[in-house]
Amino acid sequence: MTVRSNESKDTMQGIPVSPGIIVGKAHLVDRSRVKILYQYLIDEKQVAGEVERFENAIRATDEQIKILKNRVPEHVKEHSFILDSHLMILKDSMLRDSTIRRIEEEKINAEWALKKSFHEIRKIFAQIDDEYISNRIQDVENVSERILRNLSGEMVESLAEIRERVIIVAHDLSPADTTELNISKVMGFITDVGGQTSHTAIMAQALEIPAVVGLESATARIADRDLLIVDGSTGEVIINPDDADIIHYQEKELQHEKYKSSIARISHLPAETPDGYRIAIKANIEFLEEVAAVRDHGAEGIGLYRTEFLYLRSKVLPTEEELFNDYKEVAEIMNPDPVTIRTLDLGGDKFASHIEIANEMNPAMGLRAIRLCLKEPGLFRTQLRAILRASTFGHVQLMFPMISGVQEVIEAKEILTRIKGELDSEEILYDENIPVGVMIEIPSAVTISDLLTKHVDFFSIGTNDLIQYALAIDRVNEHVAYMYQPFHPAILRMIRQVVLEGKKAGIKVSLCGEMAGDPLCIPILLGLGLDELSLNARSIPLVKTIVRAIPLEQARYDFEQVLQLNTAMEVRDYLLKRMKKMIPELGEKGFFPT
Amino acid sequence: MIPGDFNMEQTKVLKISNNLGLHARAAGKIVALANQYESKLFLKKDADEVDGSSILSILTLSCPKGTEVEVKIVGEDSEAFMESLTELFSNKFGEEQ
Repeated sequence: MTVRSNESKDTMQGIPVSPGIIVGKAHLVDRSRVKILYQYLIDEKQVAGEVERFENAIRATDEQIKILKNRVPEHVKEHSFILDSHLMILKDSMLRDSTIRRIEEEKINAEWALKKSFHEIRKIFAQIDDEYISNRIQDVENVSERILRNLSGEMVESLAEIRERVIIVAHDLSPADTTELNISKVMGFITDVGGQTSHTAIMAQALEIPAVVGLESATARIADRDLLIVDGSTGEVIINPDDADIIHYQEKELQHEKYKSSIARISHLPAETPDGYRIAIKANIEFLEEVAAVRDHGAEGIGLYRTEFLYLRSKVLPTEEELFNDYKEVAEIMNPDPVTIRTLDLGGDKFASHIEIANEMNPAMGLRAIRLCLKEPGLFRTQLRAILRASTFGHVQLMFPMISGVQEVIEAKEILTRIKGELDSEEILYDENIPVGVMIEIPSAVTISDLLTKHVDFFSIGTNDLIQYALAIDRVNEHVAYMYQPFHPAILRMIRQVVLEGKKAGIKVSLCGEMAGDPLCIPILLGLGLDELSLNARSIPLVKTIVRAIPLEQARYDFEQVLQLNTAMEVRDYLLKRMKKMIPELGEKGFFPT
Repeated sequence: MIPGDFNMEQTKVLKISNNLGLHARAAGKIVALANQYESKLFLKKDADEVDGSSILSILTLSCPKGTEVEVKIVGEDSEAFMESLTELFSNKFGEEQ
C-alpha cells in the first residue's frame, strides 16, 4: 500500500482535458475493478479458515443482495428477477463449490480461487453461441465482484449516493459510472489514466467542468476528503493547498472566466486573419440538442455530426423515420449553413447488442464504421435513406468514416446511387447533388489521398484516429497514452500531404479532431492551408480569437519552421514560445500549459 | 437393490416450448423448483449432462425453443418432483398464455 498524504501539501501534474479551476473536497472513488488481488498460497492448517472466510463472504453477499431486493418496488419485477438469479449464482456449484475445491486442493487464498473459478466459467460461457445467454457472464462477474469486496471488507459504493459538491478522484471512470453520477454534485474530475480523448475528458467537456487525467497516482496520493485545487487548463493538481495557493487560484479562475466571456461576446465575428485569410470554423456535435449551443458560439455550420447516439440510446435500432426527423431538424435549424452528417461509426468497443459482433481482440482495427455498414446493407440503407430525405430541408453533406481505400468509396457510392433510385421511384425528394466526402483517418487513406480525390467532393481529416493508427498508440492504454502526440512530425506531414492533394484536385479539406480545438495547434493548422476546422462548440470563441490574431504569412512561416523539427516535444515547445509571444494575454489567462 | 427402489429414479424427455428458450429466468425457475425437493435433478442435451440445481450449468446447455432435454431425477421424492417439473415445462415456464 502507498502511504497516503495527510494534510501535507503535494502537487501533481497531469493532462489537462477540460479547462477551469476549482477548489473543493476530494471524493475518492475506488472502482479499479478489484484489480489484482493478493494472491498467496496457504498451508494445510489454513484451509479450513480460508473456506470459512469464503463462506462468510458468500453469506454477507447474500444478505446484501436480499436487502437490495427488498428495496425494489413491487411493480419493477424484472429487476428483482435479476437479483433472484444473482442469489442463485452466488450459491451455484460452478462458482461456490469449485472455489472451495480450489482452496482445498490448490491451497490458494479465497480471492485467488474465486477469480480462477470465474475465469473458468467465463471460458465456458464464451463458447455459447446464443448471445443472450453468453452475456449472462456479466451477472456472474457482478456477483463475483460483490463477493470479492466482502472478502476484502470493502463496501460497494454507488456514485449516485454522493450528497455534497465534490471533485471526483478515480482510477478511471466508465460510461456506466458517469451515467450514474449525480452531475449537479460534481465540480470536476481527476483520474489516474486517460488522455485527451478518454471518456472522462469528453464527458467533462460536455458538462463544461474542469478535468485532469493521466495523473497516474492520484488515487494513491489523495485521501478521501482532502482539499484539492484542480487547474483544468494546466493539468496541475494541488493536494492540501495553503491559503496563499487558494487565493492565487481563485484570482486566476476569475481572470479566466472574465476573459472567456469577453471573447464569447465577439464569437459571431468571422475567423479572419489580420491579413485577410478566412478559415471556416464549424462545430462537432453528437446530439440534436447541441445545435442551440452551436449557434450561440458562432459556428458557421456543423462540420461533423456524429450519428451514433440514436443507435446507442436504446436496445432497438432506430427507424428510418426517427433518423429522418432528427437529421431534418438539425438541417433546418442550421440552414443555410451546411451540416456534414457522418454515417455510423460504430463497431469495436462502442457497439450495442443489436448486431452480432464477434468478440474482437483489437476492436479499433475490427469490424466497424464503413466496414460494418457495407457488411450490413440493411443498417446502412436505413441511415442513407434518412440522410437523403433530410437533404432537402437544408444544406446537408454526407461523409463516410474509416475509409482505407478507393474500393470502399466505390461500394458505398454504389449503394448510395441505388438508394437514390429507390427514392426516385417512390417519388421522394432529396438533394441530387448532395456532396459526398470521406474521413481521412487511416494512414493508407493519407497515402492514396490523390486517388481518393477523384471519387469525393471533400476530405475531413479525423486526427483522433489518425494519430492512434499512425503512431500505433492505443489512447486508452495508460502505459502508452503519453505517446499519443498530435505534434509528432509524422502527423504534421500526413496532414500536409492530404491538404496538398486536396488543393491540387480542387476539393475542400477540413480537420475535425481534438487538434482543431487546441489553441497551440491553430497556427500550424492555419499555416497548412486547411479550408475549415470543426471542433467542440465551446472552444470556438477561443479558436476564432487566435485566428484573428495571427497573420497567415506568420502562420505559414511558423509551419515551415516546425516542419524542420525532429520531435513532438520540440514542435510543442516552439509553438508554446511563439504563442506566448504573439498572444501574451492567453498565457496570462491560463489557456496554455505552463 | 431393495424392492421398490426403481421409483427412486425417474427419467423423461421434455421439450422446451416457450419462445425464448431455456434462458436465465426459465432456468431460475427450474433451480427454484429443484431447491424444494430432496431428489437430485440432472438435465441432458446431446452428450452433455448437467446438475439441475445450478443455474449456470443449465444455461451452458444453451437450449433454444424446440430443444428436447433428457431429464433424470434421483431420490425419494423423484416422482412428485418429475410431476411438477413436467408441469413447469408444459406451462412454458409461465411465460406465455
